[in-house]
Amino acid sequence: MQEKDIILRVEKLSKQYRLGVIGTGTISHDLNRWWHKIRGKEDPYTRIGERNKRNTVGKSNYVWAIKDISFDVRKGEVLGIIGKNGAGKSTLLKILSKVTMPTQGIIRSKGRIASLLEVGTGFHPELTGKENIFLNGAILGMTKAEIKSKFEEIVEFAGVQRYVDTPVKRYSSGMKVRLAFAVAAHLEPEILVVDEVLAVGDAEFQKKAIGKMQDIAKGEGRTVLFVSHDMDAIQKLTQRTVVLADGEVIFDGDTDTAIQAYLNQGMDIKPYHEWESMETAPGNDFGRLKSAAIRNEKGELCNRFSVRDDMYVEVTYWDLNTEYHNTAIIHVVNERGQRLFASNEFNAPDWLEYHDKTNKGIVTATCKIPRHFLAEGQFSLLVAVGNYNPEIIHAVEDNLLSFEIFDDTTGDGVRGPYAGKWPGLMRPMLSWKIKKQPLDPK
Amino acid sequence: MDKPQKHTWLFEISPKSNLLDFKFKEIWQYRDLLMLFVRRDVVTLYKQTVLGPLWYLIQPLLTSVIFTLVFNGIADIQTGTVNAFLFNLAGITIWNYFAECLKATSDTFKKNENIFGKVYFPRVIMPLSITVSNLLKFGIQVLIFTAFYIFFAITGNAGSISPYLVLLPIIVFIMGMLGLGLGMIISSMVTKYRDLTFLVQFGIQLLMYVSAVMYPLAIVSKKLPSYVSWIVEFNPLARVIESFRYMVFQQGKFDIGFIFLTLGISIVVFLFGLIIFNKTERNFIDTV
Repeated sequence: MQEKDIILRVEKLSKQYRLGVIGTGTISHDLNRWWHKIRGKEDPYTRIGERNKRNTVGKSNYVWAIKDISFDVRKGEVLGIIGKNGAGKSTLLKILSKVTMPTQGIIRSKGRIASLLEVGTGFHPELTGKENIFLNGAILGMTKAEIKSKFEEIVEFAGVQRYVDTPVKRYSSGMKVRLAFAVAAHLEPEILVVDEVLAVGDAEFQKKAIGKMQDIAKGEGRTVLFVSHDMDAIQKLTQRTVVLADGEVIFDGDTDTAIQAYLNQGMDIKPYHEWESMETAPGNDFGRLKSAAIRNEKGELCNRFSVRDDMYVEVTYWDLNTEYHNTAIIHVVNERGQRLFASNEFNAPDWLEYHDKTNKGIVTATCKIPRHFLAEGQFSLLVAVGNYNPEIIHAVEDNLLSFEIFDDTTGDGVRGPYAGKWPGLMRPMLSWKIKKQPLDPK
Repeated sequence: MDKPQKHTWLFEISPKSNLLDFKFKEIWQYRDLLMLFVRRDVVTLYKQTVLGPLWYLIQPLLTSVIFTLVFNGIADIQTGTVNAFLFNLAGITIWNYFAECLKATSDTFKKNENIFGKVYFPRVIMPLSITVSNLLKFGIQVLIFTAFYIFFAITGNAGSISPYLVLLPIIVFIMGMLGLGLGMIISSMVTKYRDLTFLVQFGIQLLMYVSAVMYPLAIVSKKLPSYVSWIVEFNPLARVIESFRYMVFQQGKFDIGFIFLTLGISIVVFLFGLIIFNKTERNFIDTV
């Protein structure tokens, strides 16, 4: 990283919050406390809010919302910031936008910072669209002259030409949001801090908003810090991403790896599950589940795949069946709860060789879900073990694992270079045959 | 991190701050915002119900009527050659500007918690804009006062205008600065003690009675023992109000030196308020 390219430097930034009782908030309570104190009685207002969200009960009244965060941002870079709720994103944003001050550390900047933590801050319902554009623009740090020069552009972008002189209270909520975003999008600071504002408006406007963000970042060469929960937007807009967890930077680097690091935190999105012992595992005397995993081509655990990747679902179970032929079963369910397909181990041509009713053992059955098959989105996996004829399910675990599939517009996928919404529950790469006949010459 | 600091940083955000940094330059940069806030206040006032703007006429008039009945009618306070109603109206008009500024600025942080939590601009823009837009309400009330003044002047019950009236802008400035300065101090305290707002309402009421709004300053030392009367006599507000009445009626006490002394006091109060306000602004969002 070239030193001179750095426009923003965050150094060992920390913010401490004090929990519990700071002051009681009212004079009368404070006086009452003082009165209890001089009579040697117990403070009537302690024990309020002693427990903090990080489960360090009673230990200390102080929590670090963020601790020793450092990173540099280059000029013209779009930096993504992701993290779960409580990871310290909002605190970092608040400090960057000067709403609150850090406890330790320093932020140095070579450019004006404008922050967009909310669209439409300071909108007044009684004022007209035009008046609100000026007021909101000024709140965000523009001068009157700047707003005036961009006024036409803002109105056009928001698509509210007909209603500029109507009080905002008569606007639909969509119009209000569009107008607010339009003002914000036309800010011209060197550094723009954006918080999830893309999640507003209808689909058409969202496309416009993402496009505008891309323009700001790429075309206009401005520096953007983009905070979001929307992995798609992060992926589309940024090359580099910082991942926060419990107030610290756990990853800083290319966006794909960052998203992976983000998704791999916590239990519910682990691409792997294993039961501790045969006794506690789900199942019966015929079969019990042992573990399940989702792996990529290299055999690594993974729960985020491109539509171009092959995916391997691995089910391991105790095969205890000496009466029937056991089979592993998987179902793939999409985020809307639609069961896309089911697949069984007995599709393997050599299945019966492993289930000949004589040997008990631990079976590992791996199913390949091919590339160019599932559409982008989030999926959950049902894993079961059972036998057919007669049909008996020994163990079934719904929603055991989950994974995500994403698509991009590099041009070699099903969607080609098309960036818009691609319809369909599945995304198979099918073969096409083409014939072309010349027009009859006159 | 790197040894020689060859970067030229535009600004820094750090826990350190200079207590005496008033950030006047930054306030000047945001002057457009100040004017837009004033405009918003004025426009929304105008756009509200019929009674909204009318209230600014009814309130001083009714108060003057009541004061006249109680203080001049019942308590029999003499106002010299000046009509008692006009006398009270003068006091209330100038007092209201101070009281309105104080009341409206004293909950700046609480009232704007939402917007302050989302975007940065010099917070002091908010109380400043209130002080400026209150000037307009004051203007309306001055117009009413002028109308009554002309009416009573015709009947010969209004005294005469003093040449010191040219100092009126200074009087108004003092009232604005005092209201703003005290308001900023209180608004900073309100972030810690929420019930202070009730105290403010009550306090303003009490303060009015010791500020010579509805009686001449001279009467205090005559009617009250000195261990009580000093409260009024050394109250800068009382002196300012008395001075205002002298300007329009040429009756009572007037001391030009005192005006400039009060001007100095009001500027000190304002700067002191600004220091406390700026200190609170840095972290208040964590405590509200």
